[in-house]
Amino acid sequence: MFIPTTQKDQEEMLKTIGASSIKELLKQVPAKYLYPAFDLPETSLDEQQTARHMKNLAAANTPALSFLGAGAYERYIPAAVKALISRGEYLTAYTPYQAEASQGILQTIYEYQSSVCALYAMDCANASMYDGASAFGEAVRAAVRVTGKKKVLCQETLNPQYLKTLKTYFANSKDYQFVTIPQKDGLMDTDKLSAMLDSDTACVAFQTPNFFGLMEDAHKISQTAHAAGALVVAAADPASLGLFSPPGEYGADFAVGEGQALGLPLSYGGPYLGIFACKKEYVRQMPGRIAGMTKDKDGKRGFVLTLQAREQHIRRDKAASNICSNEALCALSATIYLALLGPEGLKELGLANAGAAAFAARKLASVKGAALKFKGSFFNEFVLNVSCDAARLREKVLAKERIDIGLPLKDLYPALGPGALLVCATETKTEEDILRLEKALRENI
Amino acid sequence: MTTNTPTETAKDAVKNAAGLPSSVTTADIGKPDNRLSIEKSDPGRRGIAFKNLLSAKQSGGSASGGKATDEVPAGFARKTAPKLPELSELDVVRHYTRLSKMAFSVDANFYPLGSCTMKYNPRINEEAAALEGFSGLHPLAHDKSSQGTLEMLYDLEKRLCALCGMAAFTLQPAAGAHSEFTGLLIAKAYFEKLGDSARTEIICPDSAHGTNPATAAMLGFTPVNIKSGPDGRVDPADLKVHLSDKTAVLMLTIPNTLGIFESRIEEIADMAHKAGALVYMDGANFNALIGLVKPGDLGVDIMHINTHKTFSTPHGGGGPGAGGIGVKNRLEEFLPVPRVLKSGGAYTTDYNHPHSIGKVKAFFGNVGVLTRAYAYLLMHSKKELAGIAENAILNANYMKSRLQAVYPAHSKEYCMHECVLTPPDELTAKGLKTLDVAKRLLDYGFHAPTIYFPLIVHEAIMIEPTETESKETMDSFVETMLAIKNEGASTPQLLKDAPHTMPVKRLDEVQAARQPNLRW
Repeated sequence: MFIPTTQKDQEEMLKTIGASSIKELLKQVPAKYLYPAFDLPETSLDEQQTARHMKNLAAANTPALSFLGAGAYERYIPAAVKALISRGEYLTAYTPYQAEASQGILQTIYEYQSSVCALYAMDCANASMYDGASAFGEAVRAAVRVTGKKKVLCQETLNPQYLKTLKTYFANSKDYQFVTIPQKDGLMDTDKLSAMLDSDTACVAFQTPNFFGLMEDAHKISQTAHAAGALVVAAADPASLGLFSPPGEYGADFAVGEGQALGLPLSYGGPYLGIFACKKEYVRQMPGRIAGMTKDKDGKRGFVLTLQAREQHIRRDKAASNICSNEALCALSATIYLALLGPEGLKELGLANAGAAAFAARKLASVKGAALKFKGSFFNEFVLNVSCDAARLREKVLAKERIDIGLPLKDLYPALGPGALLVCATETKTEEDILRLEKALRENI
Repeated sequence: MTTNTPTETAKDAVKNAAGLPSSVTTADIGKPDNRLSIEKSDPGRRGIAFKNLLSAKQSGGSASGGKATDEVPAGFARKTAPKLPELSELDVVRHYTRLSKMAFSVDANFYPLGSCTMKYNPRINEEAAALEGFSGLHPLAHDKSSQGTLEMLYDLEKRLCALCGMAAFTLQPAAGAHSEFTGLLIAKAYFEKLGDSARTEIICPDSAHGTNPATAAMLGFTPVNIKSGPDGRVDPADLKVHLSDKTAVLMLTIPNTLGIFESRIEEIADMAHKAGALVYMDGANFNALIGLVKPGDLGVDIMHINTHKTFSTPHGGGGPGAGGIGVKNRLEEFLPVPRVLKSGGAYTTDYNHPHSIGKVKAFFGNVGVLTRAYAYLLMHSKKELAGIAENAILNANYMKSRLQAVYPAHSKEYCMHECVLTPPDELTAKGLKTLDVAKRLLDYGFHAPTIYFPLIVHEAIMIEPTETESKETMDSFVETMLAIKNEGASTPQLLKDAPHTMPVKRLDEVQAARQPNLRW
């Protein structure tokens, strides 16, 4: 199947090597370590059995009509995206270190970087990182490196997954101070922000829409931070950027995002796409791979990986980050997705999301015992307050109706009370889907 | 290797046959169409539309508290439309299909890339990962809706524990370097819990991957380099000099980047443990050990795997991969959350681990990639797993034995899954370098080996064929390497100017770095 070497090949090869057996080739391994007992199956599955087994496992997942968001979003993935990224030429290529033999891959990375810059209105972008959370961690690290300061202000309504990841990106070290900017009505309290900023602050790090789905006043946050001499790290949902101000328009120094929103499957959390962009003065502080345009010796346009003096394989312990790969195939998906949508499609995607969420919010808020928790503007998700325990309601509706009503927030934000529920509706939700949710809430609250 | 200029008529014929747009002049024919997507943009074209447009107005309901409007409030709206291409679906498909043809891949080319394990990526893996039940599952879906994925992850962790001789595994890291990061954080948490804050040093051999010292530094450790002995192995005497009560972790790649097994590992691990340090194994080269040796038996406390190397998941042009960290018993409590638990036939995600390091990325891990690795494991019995390592080692030794008469090998011993060669004197005498040999290989349709790594071998050519390459392919590569040596000895310029047949000639990397052009 996967090993082409026959018995005859093996004999010929051993003869060429001058070894009597494969065992002889292993003589540098102390014999006591070789061929130990493994608690593993004696038999294997053939391809057909594997296909069946995997199909059965996939069927043991019982997806519901889902209104979950909270950092990962159900998207319609255009067929052309799936078809193109399945091409073996992309799927099975290696990192384009041999530039001449990898022009296609390098050009797609250049187009990815360009699309990210266009979308986020930033000067430059890298070839991508693991996911939004790790890109956020790397961006705050870069801000700390640039400023030489160790205090980071984060909004209270930052995705808790991002906050946890941020802390590990600082080695859970007590040398750095992470201070929470409190929320008021679900939004960052900018008066408190002004008071908290001081000359030790490296950056203000926030996301918009925030974890509650609300659009932060990014312009005001950014102005306030800059006025105090702090940098701005903004995480923005790329799907929102056809409608809402991109980080570059409010002057963010570093901008990141979860690229899953750009046509990647949910796949239980990965592989996703860490979008990372910055102002040009920080280009040499960017972690990870970067592709650049150059010329070949005949003067013809070509692409290479560049500014590698920042990276681990050159700088080792002096590198900007230890990252060695990028999520190239996911970046390619996003690039193709954006090329299909174009500026108009992106706007339409934004409207489809905002429309579905607004429609759902109106419908659900009309249910007795349910109301919107906050007043602010939201993009494609919002906090609904129900008059019962949201976690129990979720279990009940899931069991009865096969509808996942959203994420109960009680464990993450106890102060919101037991009825807080984060509900998301993207472009995949139809009027009928939302009416089903409304009915389920009406009958079960 | 020179290209003849086609006649004008021939160019027209080519243009017509290719159906190129009118914007392409006949002067472009014979040159690759290297326009960017944005340069093909035609305002007004669309590749996809969204017609399911709901709005608050349609809802008929009235909001009780809160605003529910889909209108972007003043001051929040985007001012300038993003400069993205405007293309039809066919434009997009043709553009990216054309670019795909300008790339080497395992499907089309042999990639003898040392330390990268470019084995074949079985297509059943792709089919499995694409099953809607897996790919459509939200990471925060209720455990009751996720039993299939959780069972898979649980069983994958269990099999990896058995294969590696470790007590527990986490599959959260997204890649090898990300695994190292996770592993060293675990070590840090372990020493913090012991109250041993003086352990600030990480020892790595000079043959280590750059990610090892980079990860150590990223986490605030001080990397300490130890020199490899003449045979490429860790010298226990030198290790002794550097081990102290400041040593947190000894990081070793086994087999190392020269393709050599640390034969004195028992003594080395013992020394590290006696000094109070932990032993970390970089599993980049685990393809040499799979089914043959359990790293846990070697005294390894923490190790990582790379699914995109050992477990046949595709490299995707640079990612996504997936990682994983295996640990011994006493380190299990520090693993990232969530963990997958099984009780009474049901699977649950568990966040209740007070000593956990936390999270290294959002959600679980690169589950879509792990699904592929799991399918691959299902297709291998215990014996078949050993067959992977055996054939990888056989292939590497076969290539080494055929090549070393011309390209001197760094080590005279049998190698494990890869070997390191150097260019012959006949070439270096003409001023030719490893880079020239590598670029010339591209003309013959072979991807170059890993070059100039490990750093301790001058002009290194590092070859790893993997178990999935046939004798014919390897023979053809060997013949090509021998032919290149003859070409270089007689016509050195042919190598210096290589490649000749790729879409571009050698590229100006200096200009690229000096005046970065990173976007349209």
